Amino acid sequence: MKTGLNIFDRDRAAGTVQLVRPVWLAERVGVAILLLIGMGPFLLQLVWSIGRSWFWPNLLPAEWSWRAWSYVVSPEAGLRVALANSLVTASMVSILSVIIALPAARALTRRSLSGRNWLLFLILLPLLAPPLAATMGLHLLFVQYGLADTLTGVVLVHLVPSVPYAILVLAANLARFDVELESQARTLGANRFAVWRYVTLPLIKPGLAVAFGFAFLISWSQYLSTLIIGGGRVSTLPLALVAFQQGGDEPITSALSLVFLVPAVIVLTLVGRSMVTDNNVRG
Amino acid sequence: MIKFGWWRDRCGRIGTGFSRNLLFLLAMAPTCGVLAGLFAGGFGVAIAQSLGLLSPIGEDGPNLNHYIALVDDREFRQSLWQTLTLAGVTTALAAVFGTVLALSVRRLVSRYRLMSALIQIPLAIPHLSMAIFLITLIAPSGLLARLTFAGGLIAGSADFPLLINDRYGVGIVLSYLLKEVPFVAVVTLSVIVRLGDRLEEVAQLLGATGWQRLRYVTIPLLAPAALSASLMVFAFVVGAYETPRLLGQTWPGLLPVIAQQRYMDTDLSRRPGAIAMAVVLSSLTGLLVWAYLRLTARWTGAERTIPI
Repeated sequence: MKTGLNIFDRDRAAGTVQLVRPVWLAERVGVAILLLIGMGPFLLQLVWSIGRSWFWPNLLPAEWSWRAWSYVVSPEAGLRVALANSLVTASMVSILSVIIALPAARALTRRSLSGRNWLLFLILLPLLAPPLAATMGLHLLFVQYGLADTLTGVVLVHLVPSVPYAILVLAANLARFDVELESQARTLGANRFAVWRYVTLPLIKPGLAVAFGFAFLISWSQYLSTLIIGGGRVSTLPLALVAFQQGGDEPITSALSLVFLVPAVIVLTLVGRSMVTDNNVRG
Repeated sequence: MIKFGWWRDRCGRIGTGFSRNLLFLLAMAPTCGVLAGLFAGGFGVAIAQSLGLLSPIGEDGPNLNHYIALVDDREFRQSLWQTLTLAGVTTALAAVFGTVLALSVRRLVSRYRLMSALIQIPLAIPHLSMAIFLITLIAPSGLLARLTFAGGLIAGSADFPLLINDRYGVGIVLSYLLKEVPFVAVVTLSVIVRLGDRLEEVAQLLGATGWQRLRYVTIPLLAPAALSASLMVFAFVVGAYETPRLLGQTWPGLLPVIAQQRYMDTDLSRRPGAIAMAVVLSSLTGLLVWAYLRLTARWTGAERTIPI
């Protein structure tokens, strides 16, 4: 796309291929859908969170109020604890996942490795088969080792989906990493630390950032594993969000949905600015 | 010839088989700890519990009683069928629409950075927030119903079709599509951006029509990425809980919802049955994914079916 002529433009210039109009239309439909999906959850929830007495069939709330937001930030709602738990868990999980996944991803991308596909299948199994059964079994083990109903236990169970994902992202990134660059730096007299600091790290940094961000997001949005291992005693944002949704208070649910949503989008924007063009993600 | 830096010794020679294997095992050890200890260990304990071992109420296992009970359980049978078909439909739709979306915006994505940012936003939005957005959008008193009422298309909120908590899981599928269509699109776009449009140009220069270009060049190039992305969509949808909990009907609920309900029941004797359900679900999905990989390997070339 960046190199060479664009076939669609040339078609248009030559006026030959009938694709031109459908392409033009498809682009606009595509952008409209993306705007709806990407912006809708912000805008609609924002209006709901500050609306009051928004009765059928009004298109906009009759009055505006900060009630939902002042409740969400108030200490008695208990949402500060949920937010803190979510942040601590997701940060721990993302750091641990990257530390655990990096050596494995590097080992998996070495040139000669027999049975690589089988190994990958086994590693990706938690992503390819729902870990629900494993979580239930783990619950019994954690009860015996005193990890049930604790934040540590929740962090551990979140590692099950996040480590394979981090390996996937890092290995896709490392597969395009030219290890000869390291040898060249060594030949030129750099010591091991210098090679790591000035050659390896800058090259794998984008991949590390994406792996970090994805592990964070996976942990951030875990619901069922937190519920089972935390036994309802470890409150995180998704648990609180479902509780309020079931309670039926729409302004508070909407405000909380925004509190849950915005950090996730910020994290992905920070780390994954260029997921598409830098090609860090490959299915 | 092994080119990998870590596997060389001090002088830059390629290490012996033994030291290389040792390094490999060391590098894999933490991952094996997580996967064998937490995932396989947990799964093993789950199987043991479903066979009546390690029971909180003192059963005399091992036996297959809980699995036999599942065969007679009408709620389980219907729920399993519904879960798998719903996941299959979602996956197929996500794969098709995701690829179409990627193709429709490919030109914009390679030109404007803002476009590649926009297409990534749905990936970051948690499923739970997406489900809540969908409820406020398409519920019988949601924004869409209000708009159609204002436009005079319906006479009241009762006329608006029931799209959430409905019999056919329309709300669940829609909610997943809002997340998974952009996911498949991002994965296929990364392939489009990497490959560029040279092969399509060549096809055009050789006289291929627009349709032929799409059918014989573009789609075969994108298929492996779209297929592996949709595989992850299927596995996720089968095991996901929040979306069917919020948007699904009460009976029969989707399998993860039922399994969780029975697991959390105050009556502890229901727990092994719930675990048996989860074991069936996990194993069945694993098998389906494996079969899918085998089948598509023949079509797309075995090498690329799992990425890397």
